[in-house]
Amino acid sequence: MRKNISLKIFAGLVFAFLLVPLFIIIVTSFGTNSTIQFPIQGFTLDWYSKVFNNESFMDSFLLSLQVAFIATLLALVIGVPAAYSLARHKVFGRNWIKSFFLSPTIVPGLVVGYSMYQFIVIKFQFPIIQGLLLGHFLICLPYIIRVVGSTIEQLDFSIEEVSWTLGCTKLQTFIKVVLPNITSGIFASFMLAFINSFNNIPVSQFLSGPGVSMLPTSLMNYIEYNYDPSVSALSVILMLGTIVLMFVIEKTLGLASIS
Amino acid sequence: MTQRRIPYLILAPGLILLILFLVLPLISTIFPTFFNGGFTLSNYTSFFLDEYNFSIFWRTLKISLIATLICVVLGVPTAYYISQSPKKWRGLLMSITLFPLLTNSVVRSFAWITILGQDGILNNALMSMGVLSKPLTLLYTEFAIIIGSVYLFLPLMVITLVGILENIDAEIMEAAETLGANRLIAFVKVILPLSVPGIIVGSILVFTGSMTAYTTPQLLGGNRNIMLATFLYQSATALGNWQGASVIALIMIVATLIVMKLFNWVAGRMDKRGEINA
Repeated sequence: MRKNISLKIFAGLVFAFLLVPLFIIIVTSFGTNSTIQFPIQGFTLDWYSKVFNNESFMDSFLLSLQVAFIATLLALVIGVPAAYSLARHKVFGRNWIKSFFLSPTIVPGLVVGYSMYQFIVIKFQFPIIQGLLLGHFLICLPYIIRVVGSTIEQLDFSIEEVSWTLGCTKLQTFIKVVLPNITSGIFASFMLAFINSFNNIPVSQFLSGPGVSMLPTSLMNYIEYNYDPSVSALSVILMLGTIVLMFVIEKTLGLASIS
Repeated sequence: MTQRRIPYLILAPGLILLILFLVLPLISTIFPTFFNGGFTLSNYTSFFLDEYNFSIFWRTLKISLIATLICVVLGVPTAYYISQSPKKWRGLLMSITLFPLLTNSVVRSFAWITILGQDGILNNALMSMGVLSKPLTLLYTEFAIIIGSVYLFLPLMVITLVGILENIDAEIMEAAETLGANRLIAFVKVILPLSVPGIIVGSILVFTGSMTAYTTPQLLGGNRNIMLATFLYQSATALGNWQGASVIALIMIVATLIVMKLFNWVAGRMDKRGEINA
């Protein structure tokens, strides 16, 4: 009972600041009025069916899911062995390489998308979708390297030695001993990379074209010309997705691992 | 001999992809901005000498700085509160903090559009209470961008700080109080110095994040309050000025690096003076 009452009020206000805007969105998504109102008059689920019947939302939703999934998968295939190598092998310039792998987080996302658009779409005439995938791969890679890397560093090295002593090759050890022991880390990093790719706007902003638009970009374009509760409804759907994801991360590696 | 090469073979795909699709595109976009016949810095000097461009650069720094300060002021006590909460509550409070962070930034900016708009929730509430006779212009102002940025990045600050503050022994606070400091003084003199490493890391994240954010200034700032990121996009798409966009791109990268170095330098100096040993 040492807790200071003013500290409690202060923290309470900050939590309210964090949650109230999202709460307002949830409420407004059920309003019957054709523009957003709070408090709402009447109750309807029409805006949700509007979202599901909006082709551009649904198409971009599918595209976002696919891009995020493939980009994350690619980042895992390349990132997990790299993270292992950085943690276990004597590599020349190890710290330098590691910061290089983390460097996509330092370059502003809009700049990543812009230079990729200039270089591979305009200069080398790649289809936009490939640029989009590669851009999102760059978003995902640092999460894999960081989360999987720290999971491997916490893994007891001696179990790998035991496996070698018992006759496994290094590759067999990696597959049969290391991978099963870092599944929670891989899973958590997958979720993190996936949601960050799915939510990303700056990287996708330049890399969109006819038929190629990610969900956040579509939503943003929609907001610029419309102010109706279907935006709230779509927001609520996205929030539900976030909740499911947080629940899954908490059950695997714990939310604390994200920070 | 081959054994020794294996780590490099494992690292090679990632390195090659990064070089091909991050480094080369950056070089190929930014390199030409230094050449106009021969080597020149004129693109950059003229950027900063132009009053309009400079006002955008200045606004970007100002808004990022204010947002960072607000995040520190709001974040430190909140993080301290979380770190001192009983274990069973801490998970819930961390989830409340993380939830906005993992929610799409368009959604988060949109929430503030509905609150701050001309016909928004805040204006309507204040007018129905009789506080205002006509709506305030809140949306499409620098104020709106600052609120949006704080809303976007406060969770990052809090989470970074919780990680540091959790390791502070609760007895230190008790000791300070036993020795006669009241809670506020104990907080300012004991907790605040110990949280400096977290404040530095958090500030780097918030400052560079606000400085390079695109969604928030785009949705909450309107056309009159352009920041570097929205300026880049506008230059490239609406104005077709690719060279100008590339100049802004490098300015954003360099500004980010300078901010990081600056904060780390400050942290290093404080460390040497022995103020923080957390």
